[in-house]
Amino acid sequence: MAYMHIGKDFVPPDVPGKVTGRIKYAEDYARDGMVYARLLTSPVPHGRVVNIDASEALAMEGVFGILTADDVYPDGEPQSPGLKVLTNEPTLMGEPILAVAAVDEKTAENAIAAIELTIERLPFVLDPLDSLEEGGANAYNGGNTFIFRQGFAEEKWTSDQVESFRSGNEPTAEAQQSWEYGDLEAGFAASDFVHETTFSTAGYPHMSMEPRSAMAYWENGKCFLHGTSQSLSAIAEPMAAIVGVPLEDFVFINEATGGGFGQRARAGSIPSMAIPAKLSLKINRPVMMRVSREEEFTIGGARQGLQGWIKVGFKSDGTMAAMDMYCVSDNGGKGGGGDANSAAAGVSALYQTEAMRFRNTSIGTNTGHRGAQRGPGENQIMAVVAPILDKAAEELGLDRLAIRKLNAAQNGDVSGPRSTPFTSAYMPEALQQGADQFDWEGKKGRSRQTNGSKVRGLGIGQGYHNAGRSGMDGIVRLMPNGRLQVHNGIGNLGTYSYASTSRAAAEVLKMDWENCDVVTGRTDRHLPITSPQDGSNSIFTNTRTCFGAAQDLLAKMKEIAAMDLGGETADYDVDGTRVHQIADNTVGMTYAEVAQRGIELGGKFSGESDLPEELNTLTTLSVSRLAGSALMGIYHDPRHSDNPPGFTVTYTEIELDKETGKFEILDMVTIAECGTVVHPQGLANQLRGGAVWGIGLSVLERHLYDPQNGLPASSGYWQSKIPTYLDTPAEIGTGWVDLPDPENPVGARGIGEPAMGAVSAALNAAISDALGGHLFDTSPVTTDMIINHIAGVSEEAKPLAQNNFRG
Amino acid sequence: MNPKLTRRRFIKGVIASGAAATSTTIWYTANGQSRPAGAVERMIRININGQMRNVDVAPQETLASTLRYKLGLTGTKLGCNRGECGACTVLVNDIPSYACSVLTHSVKNMRVESVEGLESANGDLHPVQQAFVDELSPQCGYCTPGQVMSAVGLLRSNPNPTREEARQGMAGNICRCGSYDSYLNGVMRAAQIG
Ligand code: FES
Ligand code: FES
Repeated sequence: MAYMHIGKDFVPPDVPGKVTGRIKYAEDYARDGMVYARLLTSPVPHGRVVNIDASEALAMEGVFGILTADDVYPDGEPQSPGLKVLTNEPTLMGEPILAVAAVDEKTAENAIAAIELTIERLPFVLDPLDSLEEGGANAYNGGNTFIFRQGFAEEKWTSDQVESFRSGNEPTAEAQQSWEYGDLEAGFAASDFVHETTFSTAGYPHMSMEPRSAMAYWENGKCFLHGTSQSLSAIAEPMAAIVGVPLEDFVFINEATGGGFGQRARAGSIPSMAIPAKLSLKINRPVMMRVSREEEFTIGGARQGLQGWIKVGFKSDGTMAAMDMYCVSDNGGKGGGGDANSAAAGVSALYQTEAMRFRNTSIGTNTGHRGAQRGPGENQIMAVVAPILDKAAEELGLDRLAIRKLNAAQNGDVSGPRSTPFTSAYMPEALQQGADQFDWEGKKGRSRQTNGSKVRGLGIGQGYHNAGRSGMDGIVRLMPNGRLQVHNGIGNLGTYSYASTSRAAAEVLKMDWENCDVVTGRTDRHLPITSPQDGSNSIFTNTRTCFGAAQDLLAKMKEIAAMDLGGETADYDVDGTRVHQIADNTVGMTYAEVAQRGIELGGKFSGESDLPEELNTLTTLSVSRLAGSALMGIYHDPRHSDNPPGFTVTYTEIELDKETGKFEILDMVTIAECGTVVHPQGLANQLRGGAVWGIGLSVLERHLYDPQNGLPASSGYWQSKIPTYLDTPAEIGTGWVDLPDPENPVGARGIGEPAMGAVSAALNAAISDALGGHLFDTSPVTTDMIINHIAGVSEEAKPLAQNNFRG
Repeated sequence: MNPKLTRRRFIKGVIASGAAATSTTIWYTANGQSRPAGAVERMIRININGQMRNVDVAPQETLASTLRYKLGLTGTKLGCNRGECGACTVLVNDIPSYACSVLTHSVKNMRVESVEGLESANGDLHPVQQAFVDELSPQCGYCTPGQVMSAVGLLRSNPNPTREEARQGMAGNICRCGSYDSYLNGVMRAAQIG
């Protein structure tokens, strides 16, 4: 289908501000009378605050006040493993205990140094298996796990059970969570190649470039909070609740966010933004709280680590007949997540496993705050499974591409424990397109070729994430000057989807983009509710709402034209500047005229009545504040059924030096299968950025803690090394299948998360290939692991160890 | 003498100024408080973006703090405040330097350029900025001003780099969004139009 805007590049309105430094992040704001907050954080990985004596600090010149957990939670802290605003019961080193506001940061720090904190040191644990073992320490005060609707609990295995798991055997303890489908036993019986192994994937921090600094002030009873989030309107209500202010008196300001990657999508993962808000209320001054890199490391989130056992069977033709997976998930000191479940569901979706069983137990450790990180679960497991797929192909005498095509998801397929159908799926097409673009046929013969100490390795990886929600709202306004204002509540974290999804509205009204404005950046610009911007959902979710709101506007435009100029609404069309009769286009009204008439007519035309049922509270509030200002399109998106997938395929070739264990990526191509492409440059950026993240997961990133004291040893960029220019290929090839999805009005689905998973899978497969098919069953596969393997040195660290070196 | 402002020179400068520095305590002092006894001259003139500016600078104050909090030039970002990320990159006598790791007192007689100084008087973007727009190089944008300044510095010393030279030249700037490839596209385009 020929579109005006969909599938075309454009300059998103915030890009000039990014290259000139003019766009403002939370820390770039200042306010008259602003004072500065600093945090006192936990000096121990697990403790209980016994006493805080701040008398000397509060008497210091230039100190304005203190905020403690008792101020925030006068009725006691919520009994959940979630991150608190402040706490008296820290379960990770560096967790914020109190904040002091002073005339400047130096004074605040001096005041903090003068506070006498008495804290009871409690036993801590870094590895979930150490906690599971009877007699092992518990990360939380009420146990080592948290059971939904029940609370904290203790989960223990016998020492023999833990030892057996570490030795590579299937765990025998009952799991907290499980599902299965198909006949697992029959699947394994029908398999000609069965592989069984334990595996581990490391946790590591998000490390968004912008620390989660925030500034707040109060004016006329309203709280204005400059913060940082992936989401905008979705943050408003829960953040207002954390601050303790009614939604209508809360303004969240967030023009730009310096990275999110899953950890700034929801208010519960960034409650620290409430600290300046609450301090500001207490001391009646604007408060800026700058967050340091170390603090960002601690409360800024981390991927869940997995310790698992997996058994997978393939039939002689390569069909993945059965998979049995058991995980122990690391919930860290705060938070948690569903990585293991997503990992299993992801395998089911990508490889169409005929029979599957999933089991999981989640255990806390006194390590970083866990939460969703780009492709949580799917991206870790694909790095483990892709080399196993290659092993199966080798053992069964199959081509590595052929085995993937055989198991690939396509239209009409289902996945997961509920056999959920895909809205559409074109994985075989993506695999073939990637093979052509990469020249798989031409290059595959180079696999394992040596040149001196160097050896080539080739890998194919696939990625998946469920990529689309619905049930949100849309607001568009046609202004009396003829411009279209698209109110968009998505956050601005660098995907540009806040702008690209708005173009679906311009498309409906056939308007030039120059005549459209995206209204976003702060909640008092009256935004509709949208989903938190996570789970690769925005492209799918918000093209639906923007398109729907524009359709409502279009219908109203035709209705007004028919009312004023005669005929039926069906007699009218629009051309981007006028609504006119189809039969005689000289009969019509300009967009400005029809907008003006909408305001005069009032009622449903200007948002004053007949609002769609089921509009969200925030949307209703926004519409009430906009009513009468324009001809309005207002829409509540009904729920869709089925699973809109985001799929990716990556091909890569590496050259690995057996003397150093280092490798160079010679070529890398990633193909997206995400429905119709909305914004090619934005999509290419997601694929390239996802590739960099995939490289990090595959070979670099893991956080480390000192086992003696629980000290984080990787709180900076260089210690938990993220990929740099020199760790990534100078060019990453991209492409897309570009076939429309029927559940989206412009055919689009999301892609941000799978963009990473295919790369981590392909790279681990390529390393395994270069090493003759050796399976590390882990991520990351670091240089030391490679060189140890080549040297035949056995790993010295405990098998499956989490949050520390594994050798 | 190598004009580069290295981390080592920064530390030496801190020692010379009598202030102790750790990675976490180089915080901005909002006003004239905390002045150490017997401090060096605080009111200094520095050349920022071609203009001489008078500014009150504490002995241990970093250039990033002066730019952001004294002069309101918030385009220079702080990603780590300890020389790990490059978000704070500015040019000092044309050399890309981490402003978080440079003492303002040490650049008194030098030319400092921040991202705010690149646009021409009529508002035209610098070729690097324009190329970054055309290539949609930024994602979240937080590292972008630093990437822009590194690219400008690179192209001043090497106006026609190969892609590999550009990659090496930009390697002091990390990007958590992973937009490296798009930034390199921007650098190569800027070299063409530059
Ligand atoms: S802020 Fe200066 S290098 Fe990171
Ligand atoms: S664009 Fe986000 S850190 Fe570089």
